[in-house]
Amino acid sequence: SISQSSLFLNKKQHSSSKDQFQEELVIRPLHSGDIYASFQFRTLWDTDFLQEGQKKVSHYRLFPKSLGQVLSKFSVQELHISFTQGFWRTMQWGQPFIPSPPGAELWVWFHDTVSDVDGNWKELTNVLSGIFCASLNFIDMTNTVQPSASFKPLGLGNATDHRFLRYATLPREIVCTENLTPWKKLLPCGSKAGLAVLMKSEKLFHSSFHSQAVHIRPICQDEQCTSKAWELRQTLNVVFDHYTSGQGKKEWSLFKMFSRTLTEACPLASSSKVYVDITDNPELSPATPLLSQAVVLGDRRTYSVYDLTRAETFGQLRSFNLLLRWKGDNMLRPLLHAERYVAGFGLQTGEIHTVIYNNHPYRAFPVLLMDSVPWYLQLYIHTLTVTSKSRDNKPSYIHYQPAKDRHRPHLLEMLIQLPPHSMTEVTVQFERALLKWTEYTPDPNHGFYVGSSVVSALVPSMVAMSTNFTQDQPLFSSFVPVKEESSYFVRVYTEPLLVNLPTPDFSMPYNVICLTCTVVAVGYGSFYNLLTRTFQVDEPSPPLAKRLANFIRRIRGVPLLA
Amino acid sequence: MSHDFLQMHLKAVISCLLIFLYKVHTTKAGQFFSSGHTNNWAVLVCTSRFWFNYRHVANTLSVYRSVKRLGIPDSHIVLMLADDMACNYRNPKPATVFSHKNMELNVYGDDVEVDYRGYEVTVENFLRVLTGRLPPSTPRSKRLLSDDRSNILIYLTGHGGNGFLKFQDSEEISNMELADAFEQMWQKRRYNELLFIIDTCQGASMYERFYSPNLMALASSQVGEDSLSHQPDLAIGVHLMDKYTFYLLEFLEEVHPASQANMNDLFKVCPQSQCVSTPGHRTDLFQRDPGSVLITDFFGSVRKVEITKDTINLTSPVEPPIQRSGSGDIQIESLTYVDQLPVAEIIHQKPKQKDWHPPDGFILGLWTLILLVFFQTYGIKHLKHIF
Repeated sequence: SISQSSLFLNKKQHSSSKDQFQEELVIRPLHSGDIYASFQFRTLWDTDFLQEGQKKVSHYRLFPKSLGQVLSKFSVQELHISFTQGFWRTMQWGQPFIPSPPGAELWVWFHDTVSDVDGNWKELTNVLSGIFCASLNFIDMTNTVQPSASFKPLGLGNATDHRFLRYATLPREIVCTENLTPWKKLLPCGSKAGLAVLMKSEKLFHSSFHSQAVHIRPICQDEQCTSKAWELRQTLNVVFDHYTSGQGKKEWSLFKMFSRTLTEACPLASSSKVYVDITDNPELSPATPLLSQAVVLGDRRTYSVYDLTRAETFGQLRSFNLLLRWKGDNMLRPLLHAERYVAGFGLQTGEIHTVIYNNHPYRAFPVLLMDSVPWYLQLYIHTLTVTSKSRDNKPSYIHYQPAKDRHRPHLLEMLIQLPPHSMTEVTVQFERALLKWTEYTPDPNHGFYVGSSVVSALVPSMVAMSTNFTQDQPLFSSFVPVKEESSYFVRVYTEPLLVNLPTPDFSMPYNVICLTCTVVAVGYGSFYNLLTRTFQVDEPSPPLAKRLANFIRRIRGVPLLA
Repeated sequence: MSHDFLQMHLKAVISCLLIFLYKVHTTKAGQFFSSGHTNNWAVLVCTSRFWFNYRHVANTLSVYRSVKRLGIPDSHIVLMLADDMACNYRNPKPATVFSHKNMELNVYGDDVEVDYRGYEVTVENFLRVLTGRLPPSTPRSKRLLSDDRSNILIYLTGHGGNGFLKFQDSEEISNMELADAFEQMWQKRRYNELLFIIDTCQGASMYERFYSPNLMALASSQVGEDSLSHQPDLAIGVHLMDKYTFYLLEFLEEVHPASQANMNDLFKVCPQSQCVSTPGHRTDLFQRDPGSVLITDFFGSVRKVEITKDTINLTSPVEPPIQRSGSGDIQIESLTYVDQLPVAEIIHQKPKQKDWHPPDGFILGLWTLILLVFFQTYGIKHLKHIF
């Protein structure tokens, strides 16, 4: 009764405070036996963070205050931050709903009224490192780039002056419970009610892939799109491994995945749903009459929908547990796929190979490849070659910004047309630089990381995508705005590279000091002694008896003894 | 005369009453501040990197767990872990750090906030946190915002030697530096009382050089002795805890927020029969008698509560701004989303305006040469045709 009354209260306030919260969970069985769960939590708020003075936003309800203050202080138009552990295997798992590279990635569009973008960026990374307990303060000018064509804003906006965009990635960043804890605290219900009770770190991090992200952008409030609202999306994608957690069987349940079951929806949520992908006809219990079809990632898929705001979903036991069983079938090969590796031997030179596969049988499409390489791998751009089907493929747009030692990294962006059913290889040679001995990390023999390449493409879709914007669209299909029906936008991240740099022997300064001091002491010291030492004859003092005898002889006036 | 006598008597009575009231007032206020501190902070540092130093992270996390359990909130704890053990790829049970073998106690838990992690744990950052000299953009969770009424607990663990403590296998902090940092803290009035606990080999050498007042120090071993690790777990494959911190954790598990255990009990933790090394302590710089110092003065955040029977009027809630300034205007033009990959636009993108640089020396020299040759051959009278 208490939750009911609070629900009523919230409904009353809802009409005046203009913010709403939706949560959803999508479960997709993968053909390899793994299972993919994607949580999305969306808070929509009709307000303007960039107001000053009297109208400045100060009353926060569902939107977290820490993020709201960050947005207004740094005049942020769009913010995307993700923390990922593991690498998304596109060939085995297909395309994710929201892609992310391993490690931490942060890209921000600032408002066009900002005068000092770099200063705002530096402070923003420090503030976010405190909010998310991550070492984002290592983001500085040596790993920040300003892409010139990739990473267009995902929200509303007309200004696409890329001077206001900053992108940085930290491939070495570790994701653990200390990043999940503050992320969960940003949710209106925390981890106490709703779908977030399933997020227990012991199960989430015992997986093949774990990614949590925060996306903030302005979006259309309604179909006419006359006014905009701020949207905060918190997403968590996890892929549970068939063998380590599933014990080798293609049989999963919510309890097996998360060691918890659902007991109630978040009282502050206006909608709380669980979608299960049943396109490949798995066995699903409990059964539900609600079905929904959605075109997502160029494919029409059918979903069973469980509405957690309805009491009958929870049944007699007041708990909701899903059971899923399926047989592995052939999976459609993903249309776009990319790999990257380092070739060569030794610690002086090497070659970076990026391979992009176009698996569409008859359509060619363009992709935008963005590479950000740290300055200590000196790229030789005159050796850059792009070959498709063993013939030279000239990119229609190349933007290259060379690195400045210890100031900025290399940025290479190319628009390449991929021929149908082909493999395109991009190679570039590099030479490794010598770092100063203070610039090495405490464990330099581990190697140095190079961030993932980003391949952005408009892939032709088998099924017509809908460009209408409706409020009831499930969250997972409404992340990327669809502009045309025949293609969908996808972003593929390659593996990060681990490169060994020539590492000095760090005990050498100690050895040099010891050796030099020894040589100076022994060599110079003995030489100096030889030149300046004088020898004097010194008689030892005579014994006591002799001294007494000499004393008596002196008194007597007789010559002394020797 | 009787009138004067009466006046004098009255004055005496009034002054006696005033003195009595003052005494009552001071004792009541005095009781309120008898322990001298109003807030508690903790700085917990693990300085070792690599998987085989799992036990140092487990040490720090067990002290973190006790301190949180006894009441110090996350905002008052600065936790520095030099490496990640919980989500390390070698950990057979991810997101856990165990302190007892057979995985009995997970000290990592579900609600942990690490402020400095990985490469951020350096001697420089540690000293900056202590002295408060951090760059202005440092977030609050990474700062030690203590004042002159704060009791601070500082716990260090890692590999050490006679007079130094190793940070991340690449740098050291010496006992003189630590003593100077504490002196800076004293001069800037950044602490009321400070408890320093160190669990390394030859730990007692680290507190030998302290010279600031109100410092109490404990170490797990004397100079010339090694601190030993407790027990390995065969499933995880490494030693889980150090002996001193293991028995310290066992002792703290019995302390609850209202406990009256004092420092003398803490000095008795882990005698030589259990620890093999001889734990040491130093109390000569401390003003109060250790027997009167409660454990919860440093490990907990016990606050005295004053109950009042008066009614207090709450102000009416803030009215949220009902309308935005923009809603009055009629915005007919609809906003649109940006094209994610505008191929035609990208191909015809103009190159970025590069900053204008004055011509290079080479270019200037070349042009000067060309002009000189021109005037040499054709003579100066053609100058007017150019300008």
